[in-house]
Amino acid sequence: MTTHPAREGRRLRGGGPRGGTVVAFLTPFFLPFALFYLVPVGYALWQSFRVIRRTGGQFGHAYTTFGGFDQYAQVFRNSEFGASLGRVALFGIVQVPVMLFVALIMALLLDTPLLRIKSFFRIAAFMPYAVPGVIAAIMWSFLYSPQLSPIVDLLNGIGLRPDFLGPGAVLWSAANISTWLWTGYNMLIMFSALQSIPQELYEAAKIDGASNWAVAWRIKVPIIAPSIILTTVFSIIGTLQLYAEPAVLRQISSNISSTFTPNMLAYAVASGNNYQQAAAISVTIAVITFVLSFGFMKLTAKRAGL
Amino acid sequence: MSGRPKESRISRTAATALMVLLALYFLLPLYFLIVAATKPQADLVSTFGLWFSHFDLVGNLRTLLAQRDGIFGRWALNSVIYAVVGAAIGTLISALCGYALAKFRFRGRNFLFSVILGGVLVPGTALALPLFLLFSATGIVDTYLAVLLPSVVSPFGVYLARIFANAAVPDELIESARLDGAGEFRTFFSVSFRLMTPSLVTVFLFQFVGIWNNFFLPLVMLQRESLFPITLGLYEWNGQASRASLLQGSVITGSLVSIVPLIIVFILLQRFWRTGLAAGSIK
Repeated sequence: MTTHPAREGRRLRGGGPRGGTVVAFLTPFFLPFALFYLVPVGYALWQSFRVIRRTGGQFGHAYTTFGGFDQYAQVFRNSEFGASLGRVALFGIVQVPVMLFVALIMALLLDTPLLRIKSFFRIAAFMPYAVPGVIAAIMWSFLYSPQLSPIVDLLNGIGLRPDFLGPGAVLWSAANISTWLWTGYNMLIMFSALQSIPQELYEAAKIDGASNWAVAWRIKVPIIAPSIILTTVFSIIGTLQLYAEPAVLRQISSNISSTFTPNMLAYAVASGNNYQQAAAISVTIAVITFVLSFGFMKLTAKRAGL
Repeated sequence: MSGRPKESRISRTAATALMVLLALYFLLPLYFLIVAATKPQADLVSTFGLWFSHFDLVGNLRTLLAQRDGIFGRWALNSVIYAVVGAAIGTLISALCGYALAKFRFRGRNFLFSVILGGVLVPGTALALPLFLLFSATGIVDTYLAVLLPSVVSPFGVYLARIFANAAVPDELIESARLDGAGEFRTFFSVSFRLMTPSLVTVFLFQFVGIWNNFFLPLVMLQRESLFPITLGLYEWNGQASRASLLQGSVITGSLVSIVPLIIVFILLQRFWRTGLAAGSIK
């Protein structure tokens, strides 16, 4: 973006547009992108290195100054941060593989001749994507509530006494909401990838008598590996950002604290006007997210020999 | 397969049974919501949740719309404003940018595209708090702009637009428009934009749903109830419903109202979703 328009113009090959025109096409996007993506990131970084100090004793004036890594040291000393990170880690280690496995099975089944009314199954699975996360959480919280839920009624009827909002269960109740919301979306990404594989690729295998399962696991899954990696990365990112589902469940369950997930902690700290600490928490979550998603991509790229 | 009809019948039944179970899982909560939205408040607790009692959807809608001086109508309007304005502007700027990245040759093109790809990986929730800090320093917190401005930017939209521009607009057409003496903007709006229109519907839809479903950004930015989108409004009501159970019926009916438009759009415009998801999967 720093290139000089006039010089840029001469560099273009063929009868392409002048540099000024290129800039005019790009600016309407890149200006707000810079303002609302890049600048906030920079501002958060800057804030996270500031601390509030006071002149003199308790009644002195407050002022902000450079504090080095003080805010970050405080993030890592905060046991609530560790606890919230532990919760989303446990959530992610179980929920992400379960969801993506179900999505993969559905995509593979929809790609075989074994099923009829495929478009119905496809729409049914994708329907939750039309539901905002908050609304999905509200809906499921009715299905978890002992007073309202027909599911609790039915389970009570057969002698089970489920407590979806209990201290041990509530994390998994939140995980179920995420699974419900995103399985169909992930399934459709994998399914679209399957549809773009040319049929000839399996014909040879089928003539050799390979079963549908063998074709699925040995040929189809390796080919759509990039899509599976992509959905995994998006799921990891989503898990670390978890907010809406537990925040809604918190409205009906005392087993979710205001610092249940890292994002809830950041929000709670910001609500207490400690913006510098909130910024340090946000930056830490972002760094962890980047390390994990890029780490996962590098790891799988090596394994897959890509 | 033809040599083993029996095995294939078993696997066919098993596959169908599994898919039916999963379809039930995905549809049951929605069905529950529809049933609950038709019931009078008292029946919510006293009757079985998966079957209808006194069918009173109209009465519930009236209660919902009259609740707290009709604020729900305002929230619905706000959601429409945020989603339509944000997605319309967003689609236009994504189209311009994606088209330029696809069709113009200039220095730094690949660099800019990888910056955008990096942007796709940055979730909106990660930006909301820093944006709040920034906006409170400039005084636009708690206005329509605080939600609208960040909603306009969609790196995924640019990513899609670039793919679609490559696929839908032949270079020869741009060349011949240039030879006819048309400027780049005229070529874009009279030739390329039209060719890209079907795929731009996809870009618009993804961004529309993204904004409609957004919760964290409005939560962080807005104080005044009159500016809330539906998601944030119902979240607040749901929090109060545990104390004032009369609100519960309105939370349920409101939830149904908030998803019906999207479900209709989804079913009608299926082909556009599939284009977008397919593009997302090629990568």
